[in-house]
Amino acid sequence: MSALSHKPLADLSPFRLKRAVLMGIKSLWMHKLRSLLTAMGIVFGVCSVIAMLAIGEGASHEAQEQIKNLGSQNVILQSVKPSGSASSAAEETRSLILEYGLTYRDIDQIRSTIPGVDVVVPARKMKDFLWNNSVSVDGTILGTVPWYPEMRNRRVLKGRFFTAVEMESRGSVCVLNEVLATQLFPLSSPVGKSVRLQSSYYTVIGIIESRPPAVAGNSSGGDGGGSAEDANADMEMLIPLTTLLERFGEVLVKYRSGSFEAEKVELHEVTIKIDKPERVLSCSQAIEHLLERNHKNKDYVMTVPLELLKQAERTKQIFNIVLGSIAAISLLVGGIGIMNIMLATVTERTREIGIRRALGAKRRDIVLQFLIETILLSGSGGLLGVALGLAIPILITQFADMITIIRLWAPTLAFSISVFIGVVFGIYPALRAAGMNPVEALRHE
Amino acid sequence: MEKALQPIIELREVKKHYQMGPVTVEALRGISLKVFPGDYISILGPSGCGKSTLLNILGCLDQPTSGAYLLEGKDVAQLDDDELSQVRGKRLGFIFQSYNLIQALTVVENIEVPLYYQGIPEKEGRKIAEKLAGQVGLGTRLDHRPTELSGGQQQRVAIARALASDPALILADEATGNLDSKSGGEILQIFDELNAQGKTLIMITHDEKMADRTPRVIRLKDGEIVVDTGKRFDISGRMSKEEEKVSAV
Repeated sequence: MSALSHKPLADLSPFRLKRAVLMGIKSLWMHKLRSLLTAMGIVFGVCSVIAMLAIGEGASHEAQEQIKNLGSQNVILQSVKPSGSASSAAEETRSLILEYGLTYRDIDQIRSTIPGVDVVVPARKMKDFLWNNSVSVDGTILGTVPWYPEMRNRRVLKGRFFTAVEMESRGSVCVLNEVLATQLFPLSSPVGKSVRLQSSYYTVIGIIESRPPAVAGNSSGGDGGGSAEDANADMEMLIPLTTLLERFGEVLVKYRSGSFEAEKVELHEVTIKIDKPERVLSCSQAIEHLLERNHKNKDYVMTVPLELLKQAERTKQIFNIVLGSIAAISLLVGGIGIMNIMLATVTERTREIGIRRALGAKRRDIVLQFLIETILLSGSGGLLGVALGLAIPILITQFADMITIIRLWAPTLAFSISVFIGVVFGIYPALRAAGMNPVEALRHE
Repeated sequence: MEKALQPIIELREVKKHYQMGPVTVEALRGISLKVFPGDYISILGPSGCGKSTLLNILGCLDQPTSGAYLLEGKDVAQLDDDELSQVRGKRLGFIFQSYNLIQALTVVENIEVPLYYQGIPEKEGRKIAEKLAGQVGLGTRLDHRPTELSGGQQQRVAIARALASDPALILADEATGNLDSKSGGEILQIFDELNAQGKTLIMITHDEKMADRTPRVIRLKDGEIVVDTGKRFDISGRMSKEEEKVSAV
């Protein structure tokens, strides 16, 4: 084997390589079924790697998009009914006003004591019927500030959002979200028309993107509260916070099956933007601390999109590791299959090896020949696997309605691994072939 | 005086031992031999006399245990595995009893194999191979596979292959052993013609009829040369005494 080590494949011209490849194809072609079955191991290994990665990538992509839409530099606080006392307290003190949630005081404290807090978007929510002539919809009215869309990454699709002037003057303007707009104005463009809420009319000045479906995953604040308030959140009308406050005050009355409930909540939702991304986590901890002191009974939920994003990435990483090991195992099995067949082939072709050696083949010629055959097997298996691996996610998207994403590196990686496996598992049989004694090889039956 | 001819092959006291478990088998016990260009030799002997061992050594497929083997003046023992391969491919042509064609390749591709390993360009190799196939009478069967040919035809392919790299010496091991007498006769005819063209041939056989055919006959017994008729028809017209080591059987 010394001849191999000191000048491996030295006089390997492209011409010889080409002929060696042709020769390899020829001898693989001699045993079509065997070659096909041998390559199958790699085909399925590669194809499952690509398909699984595409599905995983698609699933995590969706979650990450939702999280990113919340703004990665934001900390979102939401008021929730205190969980422990909610039901029993409601029974006993039905007529009393339930007071809970975030307050203006909280915001002031956050703004004045925590460095790095950039913008604060307060918002109030109430539920009521919204009317367009005789059409009515049970919707959510969200009182907020002019910079809300920018902060929450929600695009204004038509018209415009309300301005600081309208905020100042407590104007009767509103922006509808897409879902509500199509419900209330199924046939015409709502911009310029009016929507009635209780006794007053609001001019529609724009349409805003609907909020992405609520992000699953635990928010760091409430341990069990959850965002139950969001049941009807997909029908939204946005009006200036000042207008909402002036018209409806701070006590909201809900009529429910004959009885009614009154709640006093100063702010339903607060979005805080932190100036630097690297500061988000420390700021969120500080905010949490501060709120814990003010709200003994946990009547708020804190959501940190960045944290969710990191969690999602961690999940994805674990997912990828699991996938990677499965893939590695299946490719390993495929490689062992190839090696097994190549060893059998070497034995079967012992005589041919002897003939070639007698006709002037050097050891490295024999190594090259068998190595090329394994690489051809695993490489063509890899190509077939890539084709299948690209087709399967498309079928899944078509029939199972799941998003799948194929990143360029996935097929590239899978294919190069398959070739690599060909080399690794081909070396031993090839060396064994080359190490044979020509005399004995020629005598072999 | 006339210049002594440079021998193609010179064996000096070549011995070959095999270790078979605890027993050492002496396959060759000191063979000395010179082969000159244009020689046409048959090596005869009963089975187990060391014919095949001698052929393997002559063919650079095996190395002697002791003694020297000079091929065209070069000591084969000094060559490494790659150089031995090169010698086999360039200077020697093999013809086997069982033809030993590569089944996956066509007639012309089989003939090309030694040329391929010498790195001769494809087109050139193809040209040589086609010409040789024509010479052995297979010009119309270039693209047939060995399995589609008769034994005699397969052996002719093997002869063409042995000639492909224009070797100094052609070694034939029981070349007619698997053939009926008619095809065998055809093969021997080709050998005669080759020798007439000046090729050097060594045939190994146990067929006594061969002894009448070749000018020089070497008989082996128990790993030793018992008869070497020397060169009956030396090109230089000189009978070398030293070769004529005739010990009665």
